[in-house]
Order: sequence, then C-alpha cells, then structure tokens
Amino acid sequence: MDLEYLLQLILNGLFVGSFYGLVALGYSMVYGIIKLLNFAHGDIYMLGAFSGYTLLTIGAGVIGGQASIIVLVVIMLIAMVLTGTIGLILERVAYRPLRSAPRLSVLITAVGASFALEYGIAVSFGPNPRVYPVGLGNESFTIFGARLTYAQLAMMLIAVALMVGLDQIVRRTRSGRAMRAISQDPKACLLMGINVDSVISRTFFVGSALAGAAGVMSGAYYGKIDFLMGFIIGLKAFTAAVIGGIGNLRGAVLGAIVLGLLESFGTAWLGSEWRDVFAFGFLILFLTVRPTGLLGERVTERV
Amino acid sequence: MSTDRTNRPEQPNASATNRTAPDAVDASAFVNAVDNRGDTKVALAGSGLAPGKPRKVSPVSRLISHPWFGLVIVALAVALPFIDSRAYTIRISTDALIFVMLAVGLNIVVGYCGLLDLGYAAFFAIGAYTSGVLTTTFGWPVIATIPCVVVAAVIGGLLIGGPTLRLRSDYLAIVTLGFGEIVRITANNLEFTGGPNGVFGIPDFGDFGLRADIATYWIVTVVVALAVLASARLGRGRLGRAWRFVREDEDAAEAMGIHTYKVKFAAYVTGAIFGGLAGVLFAVHQTAISPPSFNFLYSALILMAVVLGGMGSTPGVVVGAVIIALLPELLRGVENWRYFVFGVLLIVLMIFRPQGIWPHRVGETPAKVRRKPMREDDVEVVP
Amino acid sequence: MTAPARIRTGSGEKASWLLEVDAMTVAFGGVTAVDGLTFVVNEGEVLSVIGPNGAGKTSAFNCITGFYKPTGGRVRLDGTDITGMRPARIAAMGVARTFQNLRLFGELSVLDNVRAGMHVRIKQSAFDAILHTPRYHRSEQEATDEANRWLDFVGSRGNRYNEVRNLPYGEQRRVEIARALAREPRMLLLDEPAAGLNHNEKEQLLDLLRRISDLGTAVVLIEHDMGLVMQVSERIVVLNYGKEIADGTPTQIRSNPAVIEAYLGAGDDVEEEAEKIAGLSDDQVFGQGEGEQA
Repeated sequence: MDLEYLLQLILNGLFVGSFYGLVALGYSMVYGIIKLLNFAHGDIYMLGAFSGYTLLTIGAGVIGGQASIIVLVVIMLIAMVLTGTIGLILERVAYRPLRSAPRLSVLITAVGASFALEYGIAVSFGPNPRVYPVGLGNESFTIFGARLTYAQLAMMLIAVALMVGLDQIVRRTRSGRAMRAISQDPKACLLMGINVDSVISRTFFVGSALAGAAGVMSGAYYGKIDFLMGFIIGLKAFTAAVIGGIGNLRGAVLGAIVLGLLESFGTAWLGSEWRDVFAFGFLILFLTVRPTGLLGERVTERV
Repeated sequence: MSTDRTNRPEQPNASATNRTAPDAVDASAFVNAVDNRGDTKVALAGSGLAPGKPRKVSPVSRLISHPWFGLVIVALAVALPFIDSRAYTIRISTDALIFVMLAVGLNIVVGYCGLLDLGYAAFFAIGAYTSGVLTTTFGWPVIATIPCVVVAAVIGGLLIGGPTLRLRSDYLAIVTLGFGEIVRITANNLEFTGGPNGVFGIPDFGDFGLRADIATYWIVTVVVALAVLASARLGRGRLGRAWRFVREDEDAAEAMGIHTYKVKFAAYVTGAIFGGLAGVLFAVHQTAISPPSFNFLYSALILMAVVLGGMGSTPGVVVGAVIIALLPELLRGVENWRYFVFGVLLIVLMIFRPQGIWPHRVGETPAKVRRKPMREDDVEVVP
Repeated sequence: MTAPARIRTGSGEKASWLLEVDAMTVAFGGVTAVDGLTFVVNEGEVLSVIGPNGAGKTSAFNCITGFYKPTGGRVRLDGTDITGMRPARIAAMGVARTFQNLRLFGELSVLDNVRAGMHVRIKQSAFDAILHTPRYHRSEQEATDEANRWLDFVGSRGNRYNEVRNLPYGEQRRVEIARALAREPRMLLLDEPAAGLNHNEKEQLLDLLRRISDLGTAVVLIEHDMGLVMQVSERIVVLNYGKEIADGTPTQIRSNPAVIEAYLGAGDDVEEEAEKIAGLSDDQVFGQGEGEQA
C-alpha cells in the first residue's frame, strides 16, 4: 500500500466522517438532554435532502443547471430552518406527551415517527429515487497524490464551520448553558426557573437543522435521493455517537471521524459490500469493550 | 415515579383523632413534593411509570382471553382446508400463522421483558437460512435441521444480547437494528447462502398423502398453536413473572434477588428460538428464501403487531398479528400509505393507549386461587 | 475481624454481628457522600440510621445492598465479604430492602408484587411452567398462599388481585414491606417507611416494625420521624456529612451534644427536628401511642 493510496483513504474517511458527524451531533444532543434515542433523526436528514430537492426544483429556472456553492449554501440554510422546524414539531407532537412514560413507549414512538416520516415522503414524492436537479462540479486537485474535488473540500469546510458554530453555541450562549444544565439535572433546572420545554425544543431545532444540512449536502454530492436514505445513516450516526461517548458533542464528531476512517479502510480491505457489516460489527464490539465511548464519562444510572 | 401522593385518600378516622401535635417533622416533604412535580414535568424520556388510571377491560379483551376462545380458534384453523381449500387461502393463512408465531416470540422480548428488539427478523432469517442451506446443499430432512436452527438462534442471541443487555435498554434497540442489517447483508454477500438470489428448492416436511400445501398448513397450525400455548404459559410461570418484574422496575427486581441480566438474557434467547423456528416454517412454506424478506420493515411489522395487540397479552398479540398479516391482502397497491398509517398509529397508540387494543389482563381470578386467610400470629416463617 | 472498639452495642446480650460496615466510603466525582462509615448490626436488632438530609444515609443503604460500589472500605454479612457484589446476590443472601420512593411493580397485581420476594425460593423450571407439571401447580399454590400470609401480616386490606398502583399510598407502602418480608430476610432495610404516612398509619407501622422484629429479623431503618425512631429503635447511628457522629441507645443519642449540634447547626428547617430529639421526655419516647393522643 503506497502512501498516496493511504492518504486517499484518509481523505475519503474524513469526508464521509464529516457527514456522519453532522447527523451524530443531533443524535448526541437529544440523547444528552432527554436520554431519548431519536430513531427519526436519520429521517430528518432525508427530509433535509428532500427539502433541498424541492427548493432547487422550484428555483431551477433562476439558478440554471450548474449551482454555485453560494446558491447551495443559501438553499442549505433554508432547508436547515425547515428541517429544524420539523424536528421541533416532531418533539412537540410525538415525544413531549410521553416525557414521563416508560422508556419502551418512547422508543416505540420514535420508531413510529421514523416510519411516518419515511413513508410520508414515499407517499408524497413517490417511492422511486429522485435525481437532484443540480450537480456539483467534478474539478479536483491533488494534494500529495491524493485526489479531492473542490466540492468535497467545500462541504468539509461547511461541515467544520457548522460544528464549530454549534460548539460555540453550546459553550458560550445562555441557551447552550441551559442545555448543558438540563443534561446534568432537569429537575434542578426546573427549580432554577429554566424553561426546560423551550430548551428541549431548541435542542431539537438545532440538531435537526444540522441533519438537514447534511441531507442537502449529500443530495447535491451524490445526486440521488430516496425516502429510505436516512435509515442507514441514522444507524451510522448512532454508531459514531456511541464511539465518541453518547451525549458528548466533541465526542460525536471524533466518533464520526473514527467511523469514517474505519469504514474507508474496512472497505479497502474487505470490499464495499461489507462496509455496513463492518461498521455495525464494530459498534457491537465497541459496546462490549468500552460502552461509555472514547470521551464519555462513566454513567452511573442507579436508584 | 409517578405514584401520586395526592391520590392518597384520608384515613376515615384520621380526623377523629385530631392531634394537636404537628405531624412529625418530615424534612423531606418539600423535597419529595418537588421531586414529584419535577418528575412529571421534566422527567427524562422514559423514566416514569404509565399514569395510574384504572384500566377497564374491554369485552373483546375478556372474550379473547377466555380459554375456550383459544380452542375455538385452533379448531377453526384446523378446519379451514375443509371450508375453503383454494391454494390462495391456504397460502395466506399459512403466512398469517407464521407471522403469529413471530409476534408471539417477539412478545416475550418486548411485551414480557420490556426489551425493544428492532432486528427480530434476523432470527427469522437465521432459522430460515440454516434450515434452507442444510436441506438444499447437504440434503438433510427438514426435521433434522431443527436442532441446528435452535443452536444457531441461541448463538445469535448470545452474540447480540451478551454485550448489550448489560447496558441501558435503548442500546439494545439500536444494536438489534444493526444486527438485523448485518444478518441480511451477510446473507446477501455470502456464496453459500446464495447471495441476492437466496436459497431455493427447500423441501417440505412430507405430504402424508395430502395436498402438499395443506399438509404444510396443518403442520404449521400445530406448531404455532403449541408455540402460542408455550409462550402464554411461560408468561404466567416463575420466569415469566421475573420478566415482568424486570420490565416494571429493574432495581426493585434486583433488590428481590432476581439476577436481571440472566432474566433478560433468558427472554432474549427464548425470543430468538421462537424466531428461528418460525424461520424454519417460513423456509418450508415458501420453498425459496432471499435476503429482502428479512429487512427492517419486516421486523417493524412484527413489532407493530405486538404493540397493536397489546404488549404482554398473548391473545391480543395473536389477534394483532392476524390483522397485520392479512391487511396487505385487503389493501393491495397502497403499501406506502399503509406504512405511513402504521407509523402514525404507533405514535397515537403510545400516547393514548400504550397498553394496546386488547391489553393484558392484570387481575387474577380469585376463584382459581384458593385463599387461606390466616391470623397474623399464624405466620411462622422464621427467617 | 476489624470491628472497631468504639462500637457501643445497645443490647449487650446479642453478641453476633450480622452486618459489619467497615470504613465504607462512597464518592461521586468530588462529593464524598459517605466518608469512612463504620457500624455493625446485630442479629435481630432494630437499628435506626438518622441524620440531616444529604447526610449519606441512602447512599450507605445503596452500598450495603450493592446498588452502589463503595469506593473504599468493606461490608460483611455474617462474616462473608459482600462488598461490590451484585444486588441480586446480596438479596439472595438474606438482605431485603424498600426504597425511599416506592418502587413497586406498578402494573402488576398486588400478589405478584409479593411473589417477587419469593422468586429465589420458588422451585419451578421454565419447562414446569410450559408443561404445567404437578410441581408447577404446587409451587404456584404455595407462592400464592405465602403471598397472602405476608399481606395479612402487614395488614394489607386492599384488593390483592388488581394492579398495585391503584391502591392508596399507605397501602402501597405496606405492600412494599410485604414484598421485602417475602424475601424472608435476615436483615430488612427500610428507607423512610413513614414518609407520607398519616398519624394512624404511622402507629400501625410502629406496630408492624415490632412484629417484624419479633420474627427475629434485624431491621435497619432510615427515618426522619424522630418519634417513631425513638420508640422503635434499640440503637441509633447518627450520620452527618457522610460521617458517623454518634452511635448509641436512644437515650444516649438524645443527650449527645454532637447530635444536637449537627441538627441545630445544619440550618433552620431542621431545628425543629433537633428540638424534638432533645426535648422529648422518656415517657413520650417510650410511652405508647395512646399516651400521645391524650
């Protein structure tokens, strides 16, 4: 294995990892705050792709066939607001009424939400894959012999910008402080006069918006979207969140990068048909060895 | 905890005593009040009990839990080929019965023990493939594959349950989801499982001089009836009670000396065996199996049957499974709408009727329990 | 054994130690909830553990029953080291407990709740249950009879065949105690059994505690109700800030300056409690319930 090939694998891994990271962040945020595994999160990513698709189709006449990065970013921001709102509504309608219900009920609700979103899209857009009306250029450059397209580079930069932005929100703003506080002790927060419901809503908004951004980017990059596209990436994002330590945001990004790299190397080693088996097998192995994740703290869940 | 302290009725003679001394200082009363309020307002998702409203048992629920009802259904199922022996009727009835067995098996995991398994089709696949490969490639008779199917299902259960049952229950949900994918993709990629084409030409149990599909139908009927009976009886015994204890409150169960990990494991592995055996029936019935039959959608449909019928209620789950299995036959061509409605229905059920449509009857029938009232001083249990 | 010499046993004739807690420490992150706690429980005695809120009482309970792993020190049951064992094993060895906030199996019947305590003793395999063997019928019948006996023992009057969560709060408390008793424990740990009970129910609890003690079961009690504690306990251990500050008979504890200091110094809301400890006369403490009602 020569060095250029190795570098190419690393770049591929980082690129895929940045997608996983954006979705994993939402997973991890929601889990961190209300200990809910939002199965529908992968489908929010799918909704992002479809919102982008719809917006681009509407605006196709204005934009023309070849979208610039700036147009794509604008579309992405609108799609983020849309998916964020959908996430917020989802929490309001499906999860909030069950805040104090048994965990099993909540998990089943999340499965139901995932189903409803997937087949809701299948009903309204048809079950066949859709082709994104715009494509991104294929121009590429080489660094040390590895090939990277400008589109890939741009997307990785956008992903990094969003992640840094989220990190700043969570660490610097009042909302972020409230989120961290709720993840520590929701009861105490209620007593301290924090509007817990609104903070949870905001968390769903932000997490869903990030997934939506990833959806638009993947639609534009891969060119094809379908209503089940969120299923596997939801699982992968969860894997990433677990590897990093679920509930830990920097961990989620780290886990996503690790997973991206693992997949990249695993694919090179075993062939792409084994990629998903490799990833989920690794998840099971990882849970056996270190269930708290790379950056997670020991969780004592007791009386 | 949602035990509402305001529910506590005043003792009738409390006012009569009318003490002047203040009730003993209960420094924790304020904290408790806050705790209670806090729990209902901002509890973490899934940390409470369901609200304590007394359940009314619906007449349908009462009817289908009656022992006679089961006998009538079995009799009807056995008599079906005499009533309508069209190949189509026999085929969809066999499908529905196999689906009942899957639902009853998943009910052990989800309904009795409260563990969410989202990859239950994986065990179904393991059973079907083990049986299919052994019969076609190695020429075994179907009956002889059953021990291997059980072993394979148990190994699958150990691999997934081992690491994840120690963790929070939600990890199990998503790991089983991943496991379902692993099994399906593996079957799709491997050579000896036939790749995307799957395994075909699986022999049946033998026709015993009858029409082949009817012979299979009757064998399936008997196996499924026994499985339903076994799962119902398991649920009422010592192990079944332990499953329910774990579902209700793991800590309290531990405090009573119940090894919760082992108990959960037993549920998971029992469910795996049910799934594996259903897979054998499926392989024999279909004579050909391929990976797409075992996707997540299928696992979700089984779960839907369990939730719809009423988690933990065997009769309810059986009815739920029959409905879910036969519905597509009635609603041909609108699959996507159907799944959309399923998704919405799951949410609506969990919010408004988490116990399902025909819930488990909690009440024991006092008539069956011989009660010997004893005076307090009769208790001679010396620890 | 490393039983410390400073332990003053309330009732001298009972020599055998059932439980030995030796320098037990529990820390959560930076907070030390229990700090070098040492005490013993004698066979069959009634011991109360008291102290202001946050003194580490429940943490100590959770350590003894295996729900927390102590960060330091040992716990021995009848000479056997049980430190860090699984709660189920400790329970199977004869330690039963109740929880501060009721932890019943809400959706199960009252009888099933009590049967939980008998789980480790019911002789029945999964195959017995599937095949409905005579052994299955026998063991189920025995379990039901015994559950009924324990419910009678605690004086439960509610419907036993329906969901336990439909019972009134006081009844649920009783069922929880019946469930723990059904474990046939050598030692019963009760975490604030009187919390939320009215005066009458407290009187009944007092009577129940005495009858449990008569069975020969050691009872360890965490309780804020000083009246109850003083009446029922043979010995009292006082905790503050995770440390033991006193150990002795009710009379000794009442006059112990460290205890009064702890309660008075802890803040306004517990002052009353301290006055109660200090102020109760012997008659009040040891007198019967009727005396108090006069």
